[in-house]
Amino acid sequence: MSALDPREELAQRLGLLHVPPPRFDSPKDVRDRLANHDYLSDDAIASVTFLADRLAKPILVEGPAGTGKTALAKAVADSVGARLIRLQCYEGLDESKALYEWNYRKQLLRIQAGRPEGSAEEWSHLEDDIFAEEFLLTRPLLEAITATDPVVLLIDEVDRVELETEALLLEILSEYQVSIPELGTMKAQQIPMVFLTSNNTRELSEALKRRCLYLYVGYPDVERERDIILSRVPGISSALAVQIAQVVRSLRMLDLKKAPSVSETLDWARTLVVLGREEIGEEDTVATLHILLKYQSDIERATKEILGRSKPVA
Amino acid sequence: MSEHVDAARAMEAIDLSNRSLVKNSLAATLVKDGDHMPVFNTAFEVFFANRSLESVEDLLNGEEAGGDDMNQEGAAGATGPGQSRGEGGGASSSLSAQELADLLFRALRDGNREALRRAANEAVTRYAGMEPGRPVGGTYYLYRTLRNLELDKLEERLSQVSLAPGDTDDVLAERLARDEARARVEMLKAEIEREIRERLVEDRGAEALAKSVRKPLPEDLDVMHANRDEMAQLQHALRPLSRKLAVRLARRRRRRHRGPIDLRHTVRRSLSTGGVPIDLRFKPPRPAKPEIYVIADISGSVASFARFTLHLVHAISSQFSKVRSFVFVDGLDEVSRLFEGVDDPSEAVARINAEADVIAFDGHSDYGRAFLTFHDKFADQITKRSTVLILGDARNNYHQAHAEVIADLKYRAKAVYWLNPEPTSYWDSGDSIVNQYAPYCDKVIECRTLRQLEAFVGELT
Repeated sequence: MSALDPREELAQRLGLLHVPPPRFDSPKDVRDRLANHDYLSDDAIASVTFLADRLAKPILVEGPAGTGKTALAKAVADSVGARLIRLQCYEGLDESKALYEWNYRKQLLRIQAGRPEGSAEEWSHLEDDIFAEEFLLTRPLLEAITATDPVVLLIDEVDRVELETEALLLEILSEYQVSIPELGTMKAQQIPMVFLTSNNTRELSEALKRRCLYLYVGYPDVERERDIILSRVPGISSALAVQIAQVVRSLRMLDLKKAPSVSETLDWARTLVVLGREEIGEEDTVATLHILLKYQSDIERATKEILGRSKPVA
Repeated sequence: MSEHVDAARAMEAIDLSNRSLVKNSLAATLVKDGDHMPVFNTAFEVFFANRSLESVEDLLNGEEAGGDDMNQEGAAGATGPGQSRGEGGGASSSLSAQELADLLFRALRDGNREALRRAANEAVTRYAGMEPGRPVGGTYYLYRTLRNLELDKLEERLSQVSLAPGDTDDVLAERLARDEARARVEMLKAEIEREIRERLVEDRGAEALAKSVRKPLPEDLDVMHANRDEMAQLQHALRPLSRKLAVRLARRRRRRHRGPIDLRHTVRRSLSTGGVPIDLRFKPPRPAKPEIYVIADISGSVASFARFTLHLVHAISSQFSKVRSFVFVDGLDEVSRLFEGVDDPSEAVARINAEADVIAFDGHSDYGRAFLTFHDKFADQITKRSTVLILGDARNNYHQAHAEVIADLKYRAKAVYWLNPEPTSYWDSGDSIVNQYAPYCDKVIECRTLRQLEAFVGELT
């Protein structure tokens, strides 16, 4: 077996005329271009994104809520100038919502519109006719496959669908194709980048994991969080950003029901900027803690542990 | 298998001289679970210890005198007596303990990685007292080094420095300074651990070391023999379990058995298809209300297991409409109320240990007596909707078994399960009488690890 470049191999399988060039030159390139779109990555994120592009494999991004998993897909789409197609998963999602559906109203109209005295031949003709692409409603997955412009496919919160529904994704993830019984197999017109995100509310199946590269995105460390705040919140002083990052880290070390996410940190930072603060005082923290923490018991605990008070000021 | 192929392909695609890129690529292709990352990291550090890379760096920088020897030794297969490092640092190890502490302090205060690395190197040379050739995993060396460094003091000093003088009564600022100091000290610990590991690899080679540092994955830890760290890890892992359990239960409850056909709704829907009932509608299913009775041994012999199971009980009780929990040693007490309205499982456990009245006689577990008590008081409440879970090792201290009680419970209840935290091979040795009860249980399950527990819970629901 000759060792083909994975991209070439896939392009051959898909029957593409030429191999699409890789999107990124190096992990450093990934980092820089994401940074240009206000997404600060770290080593792991950049390496895995780079690798996914080179190996033409989907990335499964896992981690706590609000650590920038979805934002990563968006930033990648922006940085390579592609359209983002998003499939939001939920319980009860099925192929008619994820892949495709026959537009049966239109089919019905077609049948009724051209109904001469029905003979067998005409029926078979009609059958061919009503199962044509014209009557197909494309849903996100099929749309991503059939798209001719550059796309990034984001399958968001894949852990929310049932185990059985996961199987729907397998063909598209490994072969970049969709089989429609009446029409045959639709192959991708390009090599799309695919991101799957998961909050890990349940174990994903082995079959799914096997087809993806795995990336764990945890909470950022203080330095990275500071940089994120600086890049996303206009008009914030670097000293305040450091302080915010430190407070948030201290909060995350507590045993809370829901640790503050990066997006909540940003909200908090914006609030403090709007309030015109140059540094965080205890009073401000108490007054604005509800932006970071969403459970009353968490707020009470944080006030007690970090500020050394027994009760929050009402 | 396909993971191996991916990893190999990844290695073709990337720049192999970039160590962190190699590491991330291997992790992305080989590890598919966030909880397994620490294990992977250790393994990577062992097999790809960057000794040769580092010595090249050192040569370039002309910093370390021993760099040259080390390089040759690395090429010779890294089987040398492991002295090269010590000698390499030997010239500068004339530092006094105070000087070393200062060096560490400065490195941490300035967040200077390079200085920190050198200081860690120094500390290990000085305090670890490593003996070449001993087949150990390095935990002991780590412990020895850390103890000598008096990290508490260091942490204290660090937090004092970063605190501005006027802020001393500012609780928030103080807390932040403390957390910052702690984070830096953690950095130092990691650095020392890395240093020790690298020396061990040099001493005995990666293969041998990998055997001694191999750690079980969190879900494979033995609950009965977990140490404190591992226990914390387990409890950490248990939390998502209860959440997963909740998700799975809710899902199953929603999907299982549709109710009978809802005629009115079906006819209404059929209007759009010309009166042909194509789209059948069903009444929502009547929710089942399973009752669970948990009877747990909390005597000393199964203490850690009991704590663990009580956490599980807490998780279950937040999911089922009716869970009643009982604990026993030689007496039996109902503790359902102690779980009510408590968010934090550890709090409930603490209350149970303090409040439950479980010792009737001598404080040695007596299953027979506990079951009898249970039967006297509660047997008439057990119905065909009830599932009985018994948690314990069935070490009865040679008391009477009273297996007939379990037989009667099985007759009354939907199912009786026994979870035993001991390995199957220990069953019925000594005073364990699990097989006297076994015929009357629907299932007796060895439940020593989170994985086994998860499998059981999956089956149960």
